[in-house]
Amino acid sequence: MNLKLQILRRESPDASPHWESYEYQAQNENASVASVLHDLNQKLDDPVRWECSCMQKKCGACAMVINHRPRLACDARLKEFNGEIKIEPLRKFPVIADLIVDRSILFENLKIMRIWFAEEAKTYGSEIAYQASRCLQCGCCLEICPNFYAGGTFFGMASMTLTARILTAVPEKQKQEICKAYRDHIYEGCGKSLACREICPAGIEIEHLLVNSNAVAIWKRKKHEI
Amino acid sequence: MGRMIIIGAGLAGLSASVTLAEQGFSCDLISLQNSERAQSVLAEGGINAALNTMGEQDQVQNHYEDTLRGGVYLADPNAVRNLTSHAPEIVRWLENLGVPFNMTDQDIMLRNFGGQKKKRTAYAQSSTGKIIMTAVIDEARKHEVSGKIRRYSHHELICLLIRDHICMGARIRDLYTGEIRDFFGIVLLCSGGMNGIFPGMTTGTTQNTGDVTAIAFRQGVELGNLEMLQYHPTTIGIYGKRCLVTEAARGEGGRLYIMKNQKKWYFMEEKYPELKNLMPRDVVSREMYMIRRECGGSVYLDMTGLSQETWQKKLSDLRQEIIYYLALDPASAPLPVKEGIHYFMGGIAVDEKHQTNIKNLYAAGECACQYHGANRLGGNSLLGALYGGRKAAEIILQNPEDISEKDVSGMISDFRPASPELIQKIGEILVSGLGIIRNAGDLEKALHQLESLKGSNFREENRIYLAKAMLLSALERKESRGAHYREDYPEKKEAFRKTTIAEFAQEIKITFREIPERRAEL
Ligand SMILES: Cc1cc2nc3c(=O)[nH]c(=O)nc-3n(C[C@H](O)[C@H](O)[C@H](O)COP(=O)(O)OP(=O)(O)OC[C@H]3O[C@@H](n4cnc5c(N)ncnc54)[C@H](O)[C@@H]3O)c2cc1C
Ligand code: SF4
Ligand code: SF4
Ligand code: FES
Repeated sequence: MNLKLQILRRESPDASPHWESYEYQAQNENASVASVLHDLNQKLDDPVRWECSCMQKKCGACAMVINHRPRLACDARLKEFNGEIKIEPLRKFPVIADLIVDRSILFENLKIMRIWFAEEAKTYGSEIAYQASRCLQCGCCLEICPNFYAGGTFFGMASMTLTARILTAVPEKQKQEICKAYRDHIYEGCGKSLACREICPAGIEIEHLLVNSNAVAIWKRKKHEI
Repeated sequence: MGRMIIIGAGLAGLSASVTLAEQGFSCDLISLQNSERAQSVLAEGGINAALNTMGEQDQVQNHYEDTLRGGVYLADPNAVRNLTSHAPEIVRWLENLGVPFNMTDQDIMLRNFGGQKKKRTAYAQSSTGKIIMTAVIDEARKHEVSGKIRRYSHHELICLLIRDHICMGARIRDLYTGEIRDFFGIVLLCSGGMNGIFPGMTTGTTQNTGDVTAIAFRQGVELGNLEMLQYHPTTIGIYGKRCLVTEAARGEGGRLYIMKNQKKWYFMEEKYPELKNLMPRDVVSREMYMIRRECGGSVYLDMTGLSQETWQKKLSDLRQEIIYYLALDPASAPLPVKEGIHYFMGGIAVDEKHQTNIKNLYAAGECACQYHGANRLGGNSLLGALYGGRKAAEIILQNPEDISEKDVSGMISDFRPASPELIQKIGEILVSGLGIIRNAGDLEKALHQLESLKGSNFREENRIYLAKAMLLSALERKESRGAHYREDYPEKKEAFRKTTIAEFAQEIKITFREIPERRAEL
């Protein structure tokens, strides 16, 4: 299978980006874009800089924009494309080089929201806590979200998921604080179009988590599993 | 108290940093990428602890014995005693951090895992590592905000600052800015397994390049049991790596068979009537290899007998994954599987206190050679990473050292990566010698091939030395034990019930070290 790859490259944060084209002979249409990047780099004198780790959709490292859609390179299989693949870095985060972006804003937002259990808390096998814990912190949902921008007060679904886990068993002493953070940084900024749900590579049932978190944090329902 | 520097932010590094923070101390937590990207998130099947919630009278003593037997008596019994006796407390700690383990009506549910007769493996469906990591990362965040854990993600180790067998710190490079900085203090290595030495051939992450272990070796840190590679029996080939099919698939009822005379032969059940498909991994992998040689064709994992409920509540992620990669639903069709490199029992040699042979240098987690002997039991390495990280942190606090800026002239600054061709070449040579079945001829041939390779920078040289040390360790262990099977020495020998130690000082030296005697209980 003959592939035409276009990659938006940039040497450093200050350099200006430019497109480069590559021809690539793929062995199999089931190969992922991640494995193509990996192979391609073996042959290039100036390898494309990108981040990867698990190569199986479980770590969120390889998020990038492929044919205008934010997704994991290891989750994008060649058979989906008709031989032409256009790859860019995520646009909502500062570019470091080529396809590497600095996603530290994701982690800074979690700190601002103080997402942790302030004291011992059991979730008793909660399905919500399980689903929420699966979030990869890949940032695809933020990329697609019309309301998120780095440095804004709206933190998006990547913060909602982890808050949802805390809300399943939130200790009394922390409740007010986390509910306020949820209202300020998630509930109030979200337009509920659920574009993020469609894009989430982990297939997290975002709507389900949202309904549950709203019930606890906004409507102050006692029962947290619906 | 001086500075403490932790290299690696997987489960071991997180556990160590949280332990330090809980005691009121701060540390630098350095890693190539964020914790969310560490290999620990890949763990599927579960974590072991004799919680005895399933009415099987399980006790710490059983866990202890199974771990030692599974490791074919190559592990330090005192260290294993510590590990297994703290296991219940560690899993309860996780539960209190809000990990949603699968539950019975009242308590944490346990599943069967290989090499253990009783149900002892706590789990969160088939994504245990990810779910645990989320909770532990949240816990670490609390201490990041209070300033106790200082994170340096996207940073790599260039070299350890070692002089006269004393470690003074680590030289670190920011991968985003290129800035190089020396950190002075006690160093704890939590850098994971050596996957990158076998590129594309393991179930682990590409991030664990093996460079940290190779750097440490080159700088005089002793490595132990390098020949002990774990081949996991059930993996599938996907693009760029081997993909694991968790042992939980067999723990929940999956069966291995091969076609013999046009009939399904459930060979493990016939040969090992007690533990059947759940024999330790070394045994299952070897059997599969032999049986394929005898019957030809592929070995299949048959999960078609599992109930709908098991798929939904216990293995949902696994089923999705197999459908995605193989376009085959394991609930209705058997799955062809093969052995794949999965875990490194060997690595940086440490004592029961996680101290290396270099003063002020410690190691924990998969990078360390501890707890698992000649073969690791499934579910024991998440435990080993959590407990090992904690133990190392406690010992560091008992042996404080205030290391101020020192003379670092002559220390290495070369951070050029090894070339992809060389990495590939070394990997191919190594597997040709370090397969499931080994012999002196293959090992010597592989060594000979390595002789012809020359490194052109620090990392390339290190990699070649580490690869040689692996082959030499396997050559010197003239017996068969656990993951190391020599067809020219098929018997286990008491004289080799020792740790293989590889040391680098101008050249590679292999020796054997006595395993400590079990101390009497206090
Ligand atoms: C698919 C799979 C399934 C598994 N399932 C189970 C299971 O069910 N139960 C179980 O007990 N075990 C399981 N394991 C094994 C277990 O997950 C690992 O052994 C364990 O998580 C290792 O943790 P760690 O903290 O030692 O290392 P890792 O989680 O691998 O972390 C290593 C850290 O070191 C950093 N690092 C590496 N190199 C450098 C460098 N040069 N400079 C700076 N930092 C560096 C990395 O960035 C990372 O942060 C599984 C493993 C795999 C691959
Ligand atoms: S629902 Fe819409 S606005 Fe809300 S986080 Fe998702 S994409 Fe953004
Ligand atoms: S919610 Fe989904 S898309 Fe967003 S960060 Fe988590 S895994 Fe990625
Ligand atoms: S490399 Fe981990 S999600 Fe793609």
